[in-house]
Amino acid sequence: MSTDVLSADPAKNPTYYLVEDEDHHHESGGSTAIGFWMYLMSDCLIFAILFATYGVLGTSYAGGPTPREIFELPLVALNTSMLLLSSITYGFAMIAMEKNQKSNTLIWLGITGLFGLAFLSIELYEFANLIHEGAGPQRSAFLSSFFTLVGTHGLHVTFGSIWLVTLMVQVGRFGLIEANKRRLMCLSMFWHFLDVVWIGVFTFVYLLGVLR
Amino acid sequence: MENIIKTIFGRLSIESLPIHEPIVVGTFLGVAVGGIAVLALITKFKLWGYLWKEWFTTVDHKRIGIMYMILGIVMLLRGFADALMMRGQQAIAFGDNQGFLNSHHYDQVFTAHGVIMIFFVAMPIITGLMNYVVPLQIGARDVSFPYLNNLSFWMTAGGVVLVMASLFIGEFARTGWLAFPPLSELDFSPDVGVDYYIWALQVAGVGTTLSGINLIATIIKMRAPGMTMMKLPVFCWTSLCANVLIVASFPVLTATLVLLSLDRYVGTNFFTNNLGGNPMMYVNLIWIWGHPEVYILILPLFGVFSEVTSTFSGKRLFGYTSMVYATIVITILSYLVWLHHFFTMGSGASVNSFFGITTMVISIPTGAKIFNWLFTMYKGRIRFELPMMWTIAFMLTFSIGGMTGVLLAVPPADFVLHNSLFLIAHFHNVIIGGVLFGAFAAINYWWPKAFGFKLNQFWGKVSFWLWVIGFWVAFTPLYIMGLMGVTRRLHHFDDPSLQIYFVVALLGALMIAGGIGAFLVQIGVSIWKKEDLRDVTGDPWDGRTLEWATSSPPPDYNFAFTPVIHELDAWYDMKDKKAQAPIEGYRPIHMPKNTGTGVIIAGLSTAFGFGMIWYMWWLAAIALVGVVVVAIWHTFNYDRDFYIPVEEVVATESERRRLLGQGA
Repeated sequence: MSTDVLSADPAKNPTYYLVEDEDHHHESGGSTAIGFWMYLMSDCLIFAILFATYGVLGTSYAGGPTPREIFELPLVALNTSMLLLSSITYGFAMIAMEKNQKSNTLIWLGITGLFGLAFLSIELYEFANLIHEGAGPQRSAFLSSFFTLVGTHGLHVTFGSIWLVTLMVQVGRFGLIEANKRRLMCLSMFWHFLDVVWIGVFTFVYLLGVLR
Repeated sequence: MENIIKTIFGRLSIESLPIHEPIVVGTFLGVAVGGIAVLALITKFKLWGYLWKEWFTTVDHKRIGIMYMILGIVMLLRGFADALMMRGQQAIAFGDNQGFLNSHHYDQVFTAHGVIMIFFVAMPIITGLMNYVVPLQIGARDVSFPYLNNLSFWMTAGGVVLVMASLFIGEFARTGWLAFPPLSELDFSPDVGVDYYIWALQVAGVGTTLSGINLIATIIKMRAPGMTMMKLPVFCWTSLCANVLIVASFPVLTATLVLLSLDRYVGTNFFTNNLGGNPMMYVNLIWIWGHPEVYILILPLFGVFSEVTSTFSGKRLFGYTSMVYATIVITILSYLVWLHHFFTMGSGASVNSFFGITTMVISIPTGAKIFNWLFTMYKGRIRFELPMMWTIAFMLTFSIGGMTGVLLAVPPADFVLHNSLFLIAHFHNVIIGGVLFGAFAAINYWWPKAFGFKLNQFWGKVSFWLWVIGFWVAFTPLYIMGLMGVTRRLHHFDDPSLQIYFVVALLGALMIAGGIGAFLVQIGVSIWKKEDLRDVTGDPWDGRTLEWATSSPPPDYNFAFTPVIHELDAWYDMKDKKAQAPIEGYRPIHMPKNTGTGVIIAGLSTAFGFGMIWYMWWLAAIALVGVVVVAIWHTFNYDRDFYIPVEEVVATESERRRLLGQGA
């Protein structure tokens, strides 16, 4: 009887059950992209709050140093270029991945990681200098919000780098299988997202800070 | 030697244990004896393996949903014990009588009550409901990320562990449930209370955000074929909006609490009184999360009331489209009203007017919903089963709570009523009248789906009447006193003329206690007499949505054949057109495997929180590294799914047909 229903004219007797279940549920990772996007947007909100906090407290110097006195734009420009270059090289890694070139993918991922490390090192150097000069996060609300915003971004880059190394090991061991490609795509979104956030940091914190 | 002890235990010492507080010691003994008894019983009946394999590590959305509900109901008992202590204290602490709680303890009690009721009762209950019902209603076999779902639950449970630990090791915050600075800063709250608050919320908050992402992805991506967004059951729509709110607001809470912890741990100056800090910044940020949060709580229950009204009126929901748009409008507006929580900040007449008006505007879509429910009932064949009774009680109670809310939305009136018992009465009116009544409607409605038998009616009715009458007896005096200007969070009163109001309120609280007791008895009696209450059809209420299309309880895979949707009330449509499920052509079903990683990561996160609270830096460091290592280790496992063999599917389905009397 059920087969009659299925074979009959669909307009008169619509199908109510999928017998030919093409397994559309749990096709591997069908929801990963949208899920990861939502995670990124929730992360974006964390940055939004940190930016807003910097916007409100960023001029509360409490008699302490002002941005113009402590920001070294050439150093920050160098740092920015490190991060931007790392995004380009990640893009090359993705192109290599699309062409199924495992070793090229690994090489570009490695270069990306090195740029990331360079970025983190310069940032730590900058932070150490500031703290050494007495412009640490405890000094004023401006410095608290500056260190937290920039530091949170740096923390994200750190976790991104750990993730990158993990993925390099996994690609090395298991090759460019479907699951690994999906993971590389997620990290790619994460990495570019951090780049976009950094553009905001560079503009609103450093450039505007020095102008003020 | 002293240094070594300090390194190992941080600031934890014998003095941290509240042995001088007889009430806490008594509670501890009770919990300890009860806990040991439960553990002993589990060991005696050799249930550990079963619990671990079938429940703790499960990735089945139905079991995770049930665990969330159990967690919420257990914590309701804890939160309500706090409520009874407050009502008892205020009923007797007049004149020379200082009551049975000192102010130090009393402040912890009202803080814990608020935190527990919102984060660890209401949130687990709505998350549990959404977890259980949403995949079934959209004809899916699980959520989008089953493993993440398990992790989310255990993170919530980790937050619960930290809150409960604060009762016996150290103390909880004395700041009120939102921990406003500068009171919550290190200068004024140097002990562990606020740190317990921060880390319990952070650990649980990760779980909440992840489950929000998970459920949105599920509703967007996993709907059965034919189910367009405008054929989505209303409960799924309200769940979708609630989860959008979760994903868009919990990160704000996370960031805000991070800033507060930086102030406390690193010595930054975000919310301090000096060096440029601004406490009002915290108040703004926390309410940007806090206001959407109340809509996160109520929206899923609006969905429940819609389903219940339509089912028990035997009609399709009146104004489905307007209901959907009303939900979306509420979702958006809930972000534009946060400042009404502190009109008295002094932001000026124009800012206050803006937020006053947006707040009043929210009552329009909410009112539209109430009218939709009324029109659904109009000319319907209403069956006064328990879920419907709770729904009608909700409509009456919640409307009044909504009106007092609109009253508070008028800034000049708010200046008078701000921080008074009127406010307390208002938000209990909407949260109890909305969220709790909704939770009881939902439990009575979906219990037969989850367990295969209905809940006992008599004890359900006893619980219903005690709750509803008890609520009004408990909170009407608070409305009256609020109008007279009595403020909240007071531990002792001088004016003896107020005592009678507090005694009446205590009576109401005791009636509610009876209501909770009757609810537990209802569950006990129903389990005891479950053969009398058995439902083999899977559709005990003549339901309209897809969860009623499968057996009760549903098989692991929910649906042997994925349903195809043509109408809004898909199951009603199937019954109407006499559509029969095919009886052959079964296939093996692809399902995710259980995993213990969620339990381990949540356990390590809880240990991390505990280490941070007590300044045991080694513990925090090891636990944090542990979380990262276990998470990475988990990603090396690529083998995460399996197939339920076709023989098992055939056996399950023919057993179902045998029960339905259709022959094998």
